[in-house]
This record gives sequence, C-alpha cells and structure tokens, in this order.
Amino acid sequence: MEYFLELFLGGLTRGSIYALIALGYTMVYGIIQLINFAHGEIYMIGAFTALIVSGVLSMMGWPTLAILVIAAFVAVVYSAAYGYTVEKIAYKPLRQAPRLSALISAIGMSLFLQNYVLLAQTSDFLPYPGLIPDFQWLKPWEHVVRSTEVVIYLTTTTVMVLLTILIKFTKIGKAMRATAQDRAMAMLVGVDVNRVISMTFIVGSATAAIGGVLIASHIGQINFYIGFIAGIKAFVAAVLGGIGSIPGAVLGSLVLGWTESFFTGYISSDYEDVFAFIFLVLILIFRPAGILGRSESQKV
Amino acid sequence: MQPILNVKNLTMDFGGLRALDSLDISVNRGEIVALIGPNGAGKTTFFNCITGLYTPTHGDVLIAPPGQAEKRINGYKPNHVTEAGLARTFQNIRLFQNMTVLENVMIGRHCRMKAGIPGAIFRNPSTRAEEKQVVADSYAILKKIELAPHVNELAMNLPYGAQRRLEIARALATEPFLLLLDEPAAGMNPQETRELDDLIVRLRDRENVSILLIEHDMKLVMSLSDRIYVVDYGKKIAEGTPEEIKNNPAVIKAYLGEEVDA
Amino acid sequence: MFNREEIKKSFLVSLWFMFLTFPIMVIRVNTIYNRVEWRWDRLLMIGIGSFLLSFVWRYFIKRKEAGIQKADAGDGNETPLVQRILTTPKIYYPSLAVIVALAVAFPFISSMYQTNIMTTALIYVMLGLGINIVVGLAGLLDLGYVAFYAVGAYAYALLNYHYQLSFWIVLPIGAALGALFGILLGFPVLRLRGDYLAIVTLGFGEIIRLVLENWNAFSFGPSGIANIPRPGFFGFKFSLPEVTIYIYFVMLVLVVFTIFVVNRLENSRIGRAWIALREDEVACQAMGIDKTRTKLTAFSLGATWAGMVGVVFAAKTTFINPASFTIWESIIILCVVVLGGMGSILGVILGALVLILLPEYLRAFSEYRMLIFGTMLVLMMVFRPGGIVTNVRRTYKFKAEDAG
Repeated sequence: MEYFLELFLGGLTRGSIYALIALGYTMVYGIIQLINFAHGEIYMIGAFTALIVSGVLSMMGWPTLAILVIAAFVAVVYSAAYGYTVEKIAYKPLRQAPRLSALISAIGMSLFLQNYVLLAQTSDFLPYPGLIPDFQWLKPWEHVVRSTEVVIYLTTTTVMVLLTILIKFTKIGKAMRATAQDRAMAMLVGVDVNRVISMTFIVGSATAAIGGVLIASHIGQINFYIGFIAGIKAFVAAVLGGIGSIPGAVLGSLVLGWTESFFTGYISSDYEDVFAFIFLVLILIFRPAGILGRSESQKV
Repeated sequence: MQPILNVKNLTMDFGGLRALDSLDISVNRGEIVALIGPNGAGKTTFFNCITGLYTPTHGDVLIAPPGQAEKRINGYKPNHVTEAGLARTFQNIRLFQNMTVLENVMIGRHCRMKAGIPGAIFRNPSTRAEEKQVVADSYAILKKIELAPHVNELAMNLPYGAQRRLEIARALATEPFLLLLDEPAAGMNPQETRELDDLIVRLRDRENVSILLIEHDMKLVMSLSDRIYVVDYGKKIAEGTPEEIKNNPAVIKAYLGEEVDA
Repeated sequence: MFNREEIKKSFLVSLWFMFLTFPIMVIRVNTIYNRVEWRWDRLLMIGIGSFLLSFVWRYFIKRKEAGIQKADAGDGNETPLVQRILTTPKIYYPSLAVIVALAVAFPFISSMYQTNIMTTALIYVMLGLGINIVVGLAGLLDLGYVAFYAVGAYAYALLNYHYQLSFWIVLPIGAALGALFGILLGFPVLRLRGDYLAIVTLGFGEIIRLVLENWNAFSFGPSGIANIPRPGFFGFKFSLPEVTIYIYFVMLVLVVFTIFVVNRLENSRIGRAWIALREDEVACQAMGIDKTRTKLTAFSLGATWAGMVGVVFAAKTTFINPASFTIWESIIILCVVVLGGMGSILGVILGALVLILLPEYLRAFSEYRMLIFGTMLVLMMVFRPGGIVTNVRRTYKFKAEDAG
C-alpha cells in the first residue's frame, strides 16, 4: 500500500510538471493551430536561467529563500521573453503559410535553441541547487513524499487557478478565447490578434518556466536536452486531454503521469519513454480529439 | 423514367443541430436542376452528403448510372462516389494550385486509369499508351471549356473565372453522368456568367451529363433550370419549374429581405 | 533604409537581444571551483550583430511582402534560371556529361578520406530523394524517417551476424523491409491530419530506436553491432582503399537508380496523385483518388529507399548502434529537402551536397552545424519555402493547329 502511495504521489508530481508545460502547448495550439515544437526548449531555458541566477546569487551569499524567489522570477521573465521573441521571428512571418511550414520552422527553432544553450553553456549535466527548503512538518512522511513534491503540487494548483481566472474573467482572456474560436471574426470585432498571440506565447512560456525551475530542483540536475523529452511528453499529455482545452491539458498530464509512474513502478522501467510514445500513437489513432476535446469536422 | 439521382428522406445532424431535414430530391436524365435557398440553408451540406464527405444520419442516396441498376451510395468514400459517376466542383475553388492546368484535368482522369507503380517505373507500352491517351483526352476537355491556351500555366495563375471553369473541366474528366456544381457563378462578372450559362447548356446537350447546381444568381437559375428545389433551414419548402417557383408564396417568404432578382 | 527611424528600430532590437541573451551567453557558473565567469565580450558581439542583422531581416521581410503583392498582381510567371538550364539541351547535356565525368573520376583524384565523405553525401542524397517522395511530393511530414534507415542497417547487421548473408543479398531485403515497415507504420497513422502525422511518425521513430536500445537479446542494445563486413564482389576481397572506392561506386549507382525511378514516378499517374494530395486532400478525394492508398504508396515507397541505403550505411561504417538513428537524424534529412527544394530532385541533390559537404570542409564551423541547420530551417520557411531549386511542373507541347 505504501509503495502504491509512493507511486501515486510520484505520478502526481510528474503529472503536475507535465501540466505546466502542456498548458503552453495547448494554449498556443488553440489559438494558432501550431504545435510549438520549441516549447520544450523554452522550459529548458527557464531552468537554465534559474540555475545561472541562483549560482551567482549563492556565491554572493544571499539567503536561500531569496535566491529561490529571485531565480524563479528571473526564469519566468526570461522564458516569457524567449517565447515572445520566438513567435515574432519564426511564426509570425508564417501566419498565412501552410501549417507544415510553420511546423518545420518550429522544429528549426527547437534545434537552434538547444544548440544555442549547448554552445553558450555546456553539454554536461549540471547539478541543480536544492533551493526548496525541507519542511520539518513533513519529516514523518519523508519516505513517501518529499518537500519539493509538496511545493510542486501547491505551485501547480495555484498556477492553474490563476490561469483559469485569466482566461475566464479578464479582458485579454476573453480576447484569447475569441481568437481561438475564429481569428478573422475576432479581428473584425476589434481584437488586436497579434497582441493576443504574443500574450498567449508569453503566458504559456512563463508557465513552462515555473515547470522548469520545479522539475530541475526536484531532479537535481539539468542539461540542454531536458526540454525535448519533457516537451514531447507534455505534448502527449495535451493531446491526450484534447488539444486546445486547458482542463484537458491538466487531466491528460495527470493521466500520463500516473500511468508512467505505475507502469515503471510495477512493470519495467526500461521502456519508460517508449511507453509515452506508444500512448501518443494510440491516442492519436483512436481518439485524436482527446478525452475532453471535441472532434472537429472538416470545413469544405 | 427512373431518376438518375434519387435522394430520399435525407437527414444530417451535427451534434444537436439538424442541418438537413428529410430532404427528397431527384434528378432525371438530361435535366438541369437547381438547388436554391438562403445562405446557411444546408445546400453545400447536401452536396457533401451525397458525395461522401459526410455520412448522412438517415435517408437514402440512390443513383442509377445509365445502363446500370439503381444502387445506394450512402457511406461510400468520396473517391468511390466519383468512380460511380458523380463529380462535383467546390464553392470556394479547390484547384491543385501548384499543378498545371493540364495536370489538374489529368488528375480527374486518375480513377479511369490503371497504371500502377511498376507501370510508372518501367513505362511499359500499355502505360505509355495510357499516358498519351490521357494527355490527349485532357487536352480535348480543355478545348471544350476554352482553356486550351492555358494548358501549361499553373492553376494559381489563372484568372478567377477561368479557375471556376477549370474546376468544371476537372470534374468532367472523371466521366460523370451527373455533375454537381456548387455556386459556379460566384464572383463572376455578367459577361462570364453568360458564358457559363452557355457552357452548362452545352455540357448537357453534347456531353450527356445531367446537372445539379447550387446557385445564388437568380437570373442564371431561372434561365438554365428545368426544375428548381428550394431549401430553407435544411427543409425543402418548394419545388417546381422556374415559373412555379417565382410565384410560390413560401419561397418569397423565405427570401424576405433578399431580393428575388428575376 | 538607413533613416533615423530604422536606426532607432535596430538599436532597440539590439538592446532587446542583449537583454535576452545576457544570462545564457554572458554568465557561466562554475560550480566546481565556485566561480562565476563573466564573458562581456559576447554581449558586445550580440549587440553589434543583432543591430546589423535586424536591417537585413527587415530588408528581406519587405522584399518578401513586395513579392507576394507582385504575385497577386499576376506577375508570377517568369521562368526560373534552373528551369531554363534544364530545358535548354545545349547547356543541359554538356553539364550533365561534366557532372558524370567528375563523379566517376572523383575517387581517383582525391584521397580516401574525401571519397568517404562523398559517399556519406551520396547516402544523404538517397535519403533525401526518399523522404522527398513523402514530404515533398505527397506533403506528409514524416519525422520518423530514420526508423526505416535503421531497419535497413540492422537488417544487414543482424542477417549477416546470424546467417552470414552477404551485402548484395541483404540490399533488396533491406529495401523490402523498409517498404514493409512503411506499410505497417503507415497504415494506422495515415488518416491523421498533417501535424498529428508528424508527431506520430516522430513517436514511431523514437519507439523503434528505444526498442533497439533496450532489447539487448535482439539488437545488442546501446553497444551496437561491430565488425559488419564491407560489401564484396563475387568473393573478391578488397583492400581498405579499394573497398572505399567500391562503396563509393555502389552508392553512385544506387543514387542514379533512385533518380531514375523517382523521376519516373513523379511524372506518372501515381506521382500526380501524390502532388494532388499535397495540394488539397478534399479535392483530391473528390476527383476519385483513394486517399489512404495514395498516402500508403508514398509512405512505403519513401521508406524503401531508406531501407536500402541503411544496408549500405551499415556496410560502410562496419559498426552501428541506436545512437545513429535519433530524431535529429530525421531532421537533418528533412533539412536536405527543405534547403534543396521540396519536390525537386535536383534541389534535393544540391541540398544534400551542401549540407553534408560544407560542415566537413569548414571544420571550424562543425560544432555550429546543428545550430546552423536550425537557423536554416527557420529562414528557409520564412523567406524561401520553395527551397533553392523550386520544383517546376512538366509542360506538354501540342501542335499549333490543336492549340487554336
């Protein structure tokens, strides 16, 4: 039973992280129907930025909590800035182009960002400082759940709530939903579509950065390549939930997290990544609309 | 005489929305039939249902190709419908933009050709003869539609009216017995519309195809059609000769606010 | 274009990029020595570089927009240079003869090292021509293409290891296995929309690689298979320099064969159906083309070449392991087609030669190879989606009296 609980909570952790990344995929897809291949890289850049900032600050002798807050903040700002810039360079000029062109451009961006970090920093795994403090009150349950995991659950929940408020109740959220429904129509009624798309990239990237900081603290090391696999898995989660749907992304992430956790825990850990891909293939073949998505009928 | 297209009780639901409601529509051999109705009445949905792009919720789509027994084609894939002898054009032009005019028509011949992969690679005599025949046939069709001077141009570079005509040429190349035209005159100027009128009549008289068309240009509809069906909100509200339709109170009501230009 | 407004814009862009790249480019934290390196010189380079590049960028964006307007006005019909060369026999045949002569003489006038590189380039030409069927002609973005390459390579390595089958016997087997896997993987995924198809093929490619990595009993896992024999010639044993030249010629013949077949396919009933499918799926079906079957032929015919060339790859390197078949390999092959020109045979050949030979000869840049590939994908899509050599459709001549 305890093993089950451990796997369950481990799956919840994975799922929460996937969710933070999957949100960016789903929001961008909802608005411009593009699989933002470079999204995983944005998450990686967030983790790297936090690593660099915390490295500098800790050498200057700052207190841990301050470092955590500042590093996370800077990571969010930078990821958002990268997301914004990537959209302006690689996607905006391709608004009218065939969808595959934008997808190829996105793959190019992903390749570029990976190698940019590889060349400017290092190809080695870097140890990630344990910024998240150990909670004393958690001591009795330490063998089941670590404090980083508790922080991950709390942060993810907070981000979800804030995001839902943003989309449901703010003006920009309404504009986003309008653009996702019908871009031409939104433009006609006076929505600044370019601004909405930029905002979507900024919000999605910022969320991914939070995911980056959290997972890096949890796992304890990063390199330039962490974005790719995480990105693909988060994409699987987004598709599983129904791409374009925000609650779907969360649900899909949790389902993927748990399945992975139980599969590796009870069956075999060799094929952990194969499993995610098989999942992806099966969903796309049998239920491309996902759990919560509506199937779209082709317009003729 | 048995109608060549006989649609009975056709119903199409999208989720909770009933787009087509128990439509009965038929086309006889050699007829030009028009399907009219306000925007959003379900006319294009009707075309999509009988050409296999949508699978209708209820009802029967029956066709009787010349010299063959009647058969039911609901649930056929679009390419099988075309093979069975129904060809269509699209409201928003859907040509193969980066292929030449001739190639567009040759694509229409695809389902009447046999060459497979070995034939393509080895170019055996029968494949070569087939290719030659297809080029000649396609060129002949283009001459009929008066697009011959443009054979080697890319479809995207044709003027608008010519693109609409090329869609008709491409559909004709599949050897249909019934041609479905979705707003063939949309966006044409009066001169082009007159030419289209002549072309459609010529197709019926010389090429042995019957025609079912969706059209908003009432002048064209009234002058061309043998019979007219009027649909609104997915339901048939009237049918008859142009004369009968013109004086039908239900039709006038459906078009209230829209000018009946005839 | 150098007025104040423009300079101000570029200045802001340069500030933005200096800000953007600051942590990653400038700071490096060395956790072992507990030291922070500040690399300020890079900041200056980024500033100046982005200031200048932003002018170039805006110039090309403007040109592109002007080009679109021109095309809208109907001026899009000028014949491109390549088209003129290909249709003028006086230029075409002599240049073809020169190229053939050069290709044949190459291994005898250059070193073994260079012959090896050229063979690699030819391998990519063939992979490019294969994926060109799928991506360029049929418009199906296949990100798992390398899986079929792996199938061919492992087919030779394993069949040779277990049954001592020779290169020439496995070559057609590799091709057939490629085609078979193309059909097996293609069948379930081909009803998916374009971008989903890309992701699913990526998934399939990774599954095959991960299986090769983990199924030790079958594939010997990550350590791979070594001592794969090079191809023989009726039992004749070559010395190493000789066999290098031999493989070069095997590859050359295979490439010529591929060009011949792909060219014929392109201008056939099947090839036209592929292009129509790429142009408009709905219209294509409405014209009586079986969508699934057409996609499947494209998918499996594309895979055939990868399977075949995989056998050559295994024989050339004599050692294979799963690390040679990552998703990035698929993306490099995709780069070849994107750079060269989707759908154009000549373009693919040029694309492969440029992408594979340049990094080899410009050693200084080799570590920037993938960075440049990424940049290239973005820039090509933004500014020249047709590639270096835009595919030109075949034209037909009709007698003058007919044309009236």
